[in-house]
Amino acid sequence: MVSGLAHPDVVVVGAGIVGAACAEALTAAGLRVLVLDRGPLAAGTTAAGEGNVLVSDKEPGPELALARASRERWPRLLAELDADVEWEEKGGLVVATTPEAVEPLHRFAQAQREVGVDACTLTPAEARALEPHLTPEVTTAVHYVEDAQLNPVLAATTLLAAVRRRGGETRPFVEVSDVDGERKVTGVRTPQGTIPCHAVVNACGPWSGSLTAKAPLPIMPRRGIVLVTAPLPTVVRHKVYDADYVGAVASGDAALQTSGVVESTRAGTVLIGSSRQRVGFTERFEVPVLKALARKAITLFPALAGVPVMRAYGGFRPYAPDHLPVIGEDPRLPGLWHATGHEGAGIGLAAATGLLVADLLTGRTPHVDPEPFRVDRPEVMVA
Amino acid sequence: MRVVVVGAGPAGLAAARAAARQGASTVLVDAEPSAGGQYHRGENVVVPQGVEHLANTTVWAVEGTRLHLRTGPADAPDRVARVLDCDALVLATGAHDRALPFPGWDLPGVVTAGAAQAMAKAHGVAVGRRVVVAGTGPFLLPVADALRKLGVDVVEVLEAGSPLAWAREPAGVFAGRGKLAEIARYRAVLPRYHTRSTVVAAHGENRVTAVTVAKLDRDWRVRPGTERRIEVDAVCTGFGFTPRLELAVAAGCLVDKGFVRVDDRQTTSVPNVYAAGEITGIGGADLARVEGEIAGTCAAGGTPSASLLKTAHRGRVFAAALDRVSSVRPGWRTWPDERTLVCRCEEVDLAALRTAVEEHAALGLRSLKLTCRVGLGLCQGRVCLRNAAELAGIPHDADRVSRRPIAAPLRLGELADTPLTPALEE
Repeated sequence: MVSGLAHPDVVVVGAGIVGAACAEALTAAGLRVLVLDRGPLAAGTTAAGEGNVLVSDKEPGPELALARASRERWPRLLAELDADVEWEEKGGLVVATTPEAVEPLHRFAQAQREVGVDACTLTPAEARALEPHLTPEVTTAVHYVEDAQLNPVLAATTLLAAVRRRGGETRPFVEVSDVDGERKVTGVRTPQGTIPCHAVVNACGPWSGSLTAKAPLPIMPRRGIVLVTAPLPTVVRHKVYDADYVGAVASGDAALQTSGVVESTRAGTVLIGSSRQRVGFTERFEVPVLKALARKAITLFPALAGVPVMRAYGGFRPYAPDHLPVIGEDPRLPGLWHATGHEGAGIGLAAATGLLVADLLTGRTPHVDPEPFRVDRPEVMVA
Repeated sequence: MRVVVVGAGPAGLAAARAAARQGASTVLVDAEPSAGGQYHRGENVVVPQGVEHLANTTVWAVEGTRLHLRTGPADAPDRVARVLDCDALVLATGAHDRALPFPGWDLPGVVTAGAAQAMAKAHGVAVGRRVVVAGTGPFLLPVADALRKLGVDVVEVLEAGSPLAWAREPAGVFAGRGKLAEIARYRAVLPRYHTRSTVVAAHGENRVTAVTVAKLDRDWRVRPGTERRIEVDAVCTGFGFTPRLELAVAAGCLVDKGFVRVDDRQTTSVPNVYAAGEITGIGGADLARVEGEIAGTCAAGGTPSASLLKTAHRGRVFAAALDRVSSVRPGWRTWPDERTLVCRCEEVDLAALRTAVEEHAALGLRSLKLTCRVGLGLCQGRVCLRNAAELAGIPHDADRVSRRPIAAPLRLGELADTPLTPALEE
């Protein structure tokens, strides 16, 4: 038997931002939680993103509801934990650079305003007042004051530190080979032995589809690449992205999708995305993708053309066929809970997701409607 | 057929010469303005006949056997882009010397032994007037001797390890008998050579003015009470070498124990990609030349002679023994104090690194980097990441650390306009 927490109430598999948020909410509810990860803590998808906490890119619907709940919870949670995770309420600026893109963007923002999103339509001059280096080609823009950013690795490790303070345990470098139990969960199997438990949370991100053959999920990796510049004096103040981003996110096309997404970090580097490719877990980058990212960034900020690119990194988003997270208990194996499929929005959605899992698992009234995320919806339970 | 060789040090020059001799159309790509690498710096190295030499050229991306190049001085706004396809690629990208952090290592006047040697060779410039050279391995001696020839007072040459370890390497001693005999060349500095000793602190306000040196135990922990203070105006340190693996990793070559894995024909795990010199193991210029000749010959479809293969084998036996004798011992981790910078680019000190490990349990390199920013600066961890990993007790996975899809910085505008395929005349 492995040492430490021998009889946890819940085993969370996956120590990324979603697993960390689930573990935090579950320990806050008084449960004994063991978090396992086959690698180091917060080193997979969580370490490969920009740390977005966005409402701007979501159309009215269940994901926007989850995003708004999460956006509200994040700063409160960080305050409760007295944590500095580079939280920044920088705001988002969605920019159109062609006359054709104006009308769809305005319509999109109007629909968001109707459900309570703070989306302020700007003239080109107003947009350039907010972002002085923005292209003069800008035709319109929408300012979303609620969009925020944090350092995802710091956030996840901070949540996990809170879990440990509450008597929970985090155990990196332990791979779960299967979930035990026929009619309900009885434990998880690891090379170091079986850990008995009655509840397991599958927070394995892009790898969550195959945690157990008893309850497979159609979660696929959707690769993204980020370019990082050398540190600069502030050229970009908000999270700025091209209006075509929303279309790229919603697309299910396996082919390459790119869209200009540009923002600064506290360290002064500028992060440049975004690309979406369904290429499995391929780590080799292609020059055409890097080139497309550079082009789109310069379209938004021509002044960036002379800036050195220091590195590029990539990661894999957990992608569900209907682009909605999968949150809830698996009817095929009671006791197995899923918290996955957040695609590129996992950082932003994590705070509400963790709370929702804790609500459902402890029988509390859920703080957001869990119905759209349920595991047995037809798009997820294909078999 | 076309062979492209990357790196114009001893290995790359030999590879290009051999490939051209086999009749291959040969291109030698090198980031420096003139050929020769660090080893021949300041000498007038003639590029082998029939070889197209692309100086001032960086390879910023590799896709299979397609290279993406930029030619022009680093940072120049008008560097020229070129895409080069080849039938075989020889990587001879070499190594840079390793610096270990100790209190004061970031003071002006504390330089790497390689930098001191480069200044001496290329410009005849001495790093100081009164200098201590410290580190490990036989490379310290030529550096000390080069300084001496410039009239520098080389106060002491401190070897942290013990050459007595050669007693356990009879095969290595035999294979490297010629190399070991070369040490006699440096007899002028030998009287100042001390073993099991090193610089454990550098002192000064705006520049180093003194160092503390101490005796070390077998694991390189300071033996208490042996500390001495020496007035100096410069310090050169060199604790072995770190191979430059970016292009090999980008090409998909298997890396094993920190070096590109090759067979006796210098073939990597990727078809038509060869590697030679320090990226396959630290063995010095002579071995690099032999490996380069084998790689260039094979890359161009030729067969290396049996005697050449035998010479390489003998060199590798010596190199492996040298690696064991001069390996960095774990006690170095006790040299830095809480305020010693581990990462100079991002100014991350040991205390911040410890917080990341202890409070955030950042036990992977990626999470460590993003928790405390170590290795995220301009050098991209080339100097510090290996040290940070050892200090944090994290395995240093050379393959992952060297995974850089953009192997050398380029401007965003250059990337945006970069050609994707070779020009028609190629």
